[in-house]
Amino acid sequence: MERIPVLRMGNFLLVTIQVDMHDQLALQLQDDLTNAIERNGAKGVLIDISALEMVDSFIGRMLSDISAMGRILDCATVLVGMQPAVAITLVELGLSLPGIATALNVERGMSLLRGKLSNLDDHDANER
Amino acid sequence: MASSGMIATVLKQRAGELNAQWLKDLSTSNAVSAQGRITPDELEQQSRQFLQLLSAAAQVRNPADLKSPEARPLREFLEGLSRSRAQQGFSSGETASFIFSFKRPLFDALRTESGKDAALLADEVWAATELLDTLGLHTVSTFQKAREELINRQQQEMLELSTPVVKLWDGILALPMIGTLDSARTQIVMESLLQKIVDTGSEIAIIDITGVPTVDTLVAQHLLKTVTALRLMGAECIISGIRPQIAQTIVHLGVDLQGVTTKANLADALALALKRSGYKITH
Repeated sequence: MERIPVLRMGNFLLVTIQVDMHDQLALQLQDDLTNAIERNGAKGVLIDISALEMVDSFIGRMLSDISAMGRILDCATVLVGMQPAVAITLVELGLSLPGIATALNVERGMSLLRGKLSNLDDHDANER
Repeated sequence: MASSGMIATVLKQRAGELNAQWLKDLSTSNAVSAQGRITPDELEQQSRQFLQLLSAAAQVRNPADLKSPEARPLREFLEGLSRSRAQQGFSSGETASFIFSFKRPLFDALRTESGKDAALLADEVWAATELLDTLGLHTVSTFQKAREELINRQQQEMLELSTPVVKLWDGILALPMIGTLDSARTQIVMESLLQKIVDTGSEIAIIDITGVPTVDTLVAQHLLKTVTALRLMGAECIISGIRPQIAQTIVHLGVDLQGVTTKANLADALALALKRSGYKITH
């Protein structure tokens, strides 16, 4: 069965969705990703959907769910490279994905994640 | 052809009588009565001119043939008539009834003229019907053509008004919106803005609504959709050019613009955008 690879990059996890998502694949990804976060102790996940050209309400919800699961596991999620058509579809479906951080491309997504992480570190240092 | 001869004779000899009767019918009939869109004088002038031209055209061998050179003045008159009716806001039915309502006075006149000869009357009525039907149909088709031209022109104007996305600075796009926003237009605007964001890699978009006359719930919803779509793609959005009345309307309508950065004018929005991009303005 095909799978979407979850790559590790230091503290972060990198997921690139290059194929059209179907429901089974999405559920598998959810499973793989949460496990990988736990196993690696990742602090941030970057999901690149620049190659994703079609979404339905299920995939939209799945993206939102992954982000919520990440938050519970203390891991920031950034969604990058959404295509205009996908963005319009999600909005028309009423899925505004509140609480998900977004960025235009991988580079900006990475700097956003690093910023979030350093903010957290500062916060922790202050608390101590 | 003998039959058309009689129509021609009737039209020539009883022109005044026919015109009076026709005008009377026109003024009583609801479908044709202008209801303020056209004055009685104008109507009388049009009917007289029509009668003259019809009478001239009826002299030829086959008056129902509108393509013949003799029928040209009549044809042009009808085209002008239906064009002006289209612009005055008449329906196609009302325009056609102007011609069809002439049937009654004409048939009456033919009956008087033919006396007791029923076969002759039937022939004459058939010829007259054929003639007037052709004229009526021609009027309707011209009317439709005029309406189509009107619609095409309006579409053209809409496209010309369609909103351009301009680059204000490196990474800052602006979208000055002018005119009323409807669903179709917002869709086009949204698509072009999002595409431009991808093409230029800009992170901030300023939507300026100075030229939007009114903001109702639907327009506000469209704006919010655009803002959400922009956020989903990872860009920020600032809405500028909100006039005091519009601010009042938005609050009265209970539209929730929280989470959307708004500025009173484009200059403020640009200043904020520059600041967020890390630019500093020095004197």
